[in-house]
Amino acid sequence: MILALLYPIGYMIYASFLDWSPSQRIGQAEFIGIRNYINLLGDAAFRESFWVTIRFAAIVVTLEMIVGVGLAMLLDRNIRGMVLLRTVFILPMMIAPIVVGLMWRYMFHPTVGIFNRMLKSFGFEGIPWLADSTWAFIAIVIADVWQWTPFIFILALAATQSLPRSALEAAEIDGANEWQKIVMIKLPLMMPVLIVTLMLRLIDVFKVLEVILVLTNGGPGLSTEILALRIFRTAQEFQELGEAAAMSNMLLMMLMVLTIGMFVYNRVKEAHVAQRRAVIEKDND
Amino acid sequence: MPRIRLENLVKRYGDFEVLHGINLEMEENEFTVFVGPSGCGKTTTLRMIAGLETVSDGEIYIGDRPVSQLEPKARDLAMVFQDYALYPHMNVAKNMSFALRLQRRPRKEIDEKVGLVAEMLGLTKFLHRKPGELSGGQRQRVAMGRALARDAGTFLFDEPLSNLDAKLRCQMRAELAIMRQKVRKNMIYVTHDQIEAMTLGDRIVVMNGGYIQQQGTPEELFKQPANKFVAGFLGSPPMNFLGAKIQDLGGQVFVSGDGFEVALPEERASVALGHSASSVILGIRPSDLHFSPHAPDHEAIDLKVIVSEYIGAQSVLLCNCGAQKIEVELKSETPIALGETLRFAVNREAIHLFDSETEVAIG
Repeated sequence: MILALLYPIGYMIYASFLDWSPSQRIGQAEFIGIRNYINLLGDAAFRESFWVTIRFAAIVVTLEMIVGVGLAMLLDRNIRGMVLLRTVFILPMMIAPIVVGLMWRYMFHPTVGIFNRMLKSFGFEGIPWLADSTWAFIAIVIADVWQWTPFIFILALAATQSLPRSALEAAEIDGANEWQKIVMIKLPLMMPVLIVTLMLRLIDVFKVLEVILVLTNGGPGLSTEILALRIFRTAQEFQELGEAAAMSNMLLMMLMVLTIGMFVYNRVKEAHVAQRRAVIEKDND
Repeated sequence: MPRIRLENLVKRYGDFEVLHGINLEMEENEFTVFVGPSGCGKTTTLRMIAGLETVSDGEIYIGDRPVSQLEPKARDLAMVFQDYALYPHMNVAKNMSFALRLQRRPRKEIDEKVGLVAEMLGLTKFLHRKPGELSGGQRQRVAMGRALARDAGTFLFDEPLSNLDAKLRCQMRAELAIMRQKVRKNMIYVTHDQIEAMTLGDRIVVMNGGYIQQQGTPEELFKQPANKFVAGFLGSPPMNFLGAKIQDLGGQVFVSGDGFEVALPEERASVALGHSASSVILGIRPSDLHFSPHAPDHEAIDLKVIVSEYIGAQSVLLCNCGAQKIEVELKSETPIALGETLRFAVNREAIHLFDSETEVAIG
C-alpha cells in the first residue's frame, strides 16, 4: 500500500532532477540537480500559468461556494417536485469532463453557439467567448462553476437537512427572520461541513484539465493556461519530462500546503475542545 | 398578561383530522397544563398556539387579537422545547440573549437581564460554556433561562422535563413551581405525566383522541371526573373500575357486581336509580378502600390478594374481586399472606359511577 503510494511520487521527484526527453530511457537521462526548478522560477510563462491557476481557483471556488450553498438554502424545503429538481441539479457532475468541454465549446461558438445566437436575437453583438483572453477566462470559469456547483450543493443540502429542527424553531420563536436564521444559526452550524467541502474543492480545482484543454487549450495566449494544462503540454508538446515532473512537484507542494492547512485546522480545533474539557472537569471537581 | 382563547381549533393532516374543534379559555396569568397520552393532540395544540403548526380551521386569540395567521415572532411568546433546542454553537449567555440581541436592545440592558436570569437559575458559573459542555439538568435550566430572559407575555412548555432522569425531574419540577411563584405570566405546559399536571397546574386540560375530555382545577378533576378516561388518567395508583349493576333491594340502593355488593349513600341513590341503563361501571380509587376486618357487609368489599408490591411505607396489593382485578393500598407492616381474603371498607362518598356505554359520569 505504502509502496504503491510512494513509488510514483518518488519516481516523479527523481525525474524532476533530470533533463529527460521521451526518447530516452530514464537511466540515460542527464542528472541536472535542481536546475529544472530554477528554470521554472525564472520562466515568465510558468509564473503566468501559476497566477492564472491561483486566480482561477479563487474565483471558481468562491462562486461555487456562494451559489452552491445559496441553492441549498433555497431548496431546503418540501415542495412538490423537489426530489426531481434536486436530481436535475446534480446531473452536471455526472457528465465526463471531456463531454462537458465539448458541450460548452459548442455553446460558446461565435456564430452557431447558443449564447451568441441569443445575444444577437436580442439585438446585441456577439461576444468573442473563446477568442478574447478576458472572455476566455470567464468562459472557463462559467463551465467549471456549472459543472462543480452541484458538488457543493449536495453536500450543503445534506448539511442543512441534518441541522437540529427544534433549534431553528426556537430561533423562529425568538424572533429571527429567514435571513437571520441562515446567518446566525444555519451557517455557523454547517461550518465544519462547509470547510471540508471547500478544502476538497480547492484541492480538486488545481488539477482541472480536460474541460479547459477542450475549450481553449490554454489560449488565447496563456490567458487560460492553468498549471495542470501547462504540465500536460510541457510533457507532450515540449517533450521536457524533467521540467514537467518539477512542475508537478510544485503543484503537489501547493496541494500539500492546503491539505496540511486542513489537517492543522482540525488539530487546532480538537486541541481547543480538549482544553475546554480539561477546564470544565477542573471546574466540576 | 393577556387571556388566551382557542375557538373551534381544528388540525388536519391531509384528510386526517387530529384535533376536532378545541374550545378553551385561559385566564390571565394562569398556569394551564395540557395532559393526555401520546397522540392525544396536546403538543399539536401547543405548537399551533406557538405558530409552528398551521391552523386548519378555527382561531386563536391572544388578548383580543386573532393570531392564527401571524408569524411566531409576532405572537409575543417564549417556548421551552422537549429537547431544549439550544443553539449548539453559542455559549449560555449568547443562547439566553439571542432574542434580545435580535431586538437590538442596548448591550447594558441585555447583560443585566441575562445576569439576573442566570442568577435566578444558578447558571452564573456557566455563562461561557457551550450547551455541549453542560449536563442535562443544566441544559434544561438554560432553555428555561432563554425563555425567561425574553420577557414574553406567554410561556409555552413542551414536555420540558421528559428528557431528565426521575430524580432530576422531581427536583426540576419543584424549581418550576418556585419559578412559577416569582413569574406571573401566562403559562401553557404540555406533559403526559399526570403528577406534573396535578402539582403545577392552576387549570388542567385533559385531552384524548383530539378532544378535550375535561378541564378544571386539579381538585375538580380528581374529585369529579367527567368520564372514565379522566378518572383513570389522573391519580396514582389509578382508579379501579368494576362492571356493576344498580339494584333497589327493599328501600336501599346497592351497586353490585361479581364479588361485591355495596350500598350507595342516599343522595347518590336517587340519581343512580334515575339512570336509564341498569348496567354501570363502578370507579373507586385505591385510596378510598381501607383495610378494616370488621366493617359491616354493605359498606365493605372482600378481596383476595394475588400480588403485593412493596414500595416503602405503603404496599400496593393487586387483588381479585370475583373475576375482576382491583388495586388497593395497605400499610406495609400489616401482616398479610398471598392468597388471603381481606375485607376493605369502601369510602362510599367517593364512589364514582359511569355509564357502561358512553363512559360518562353519572350524577
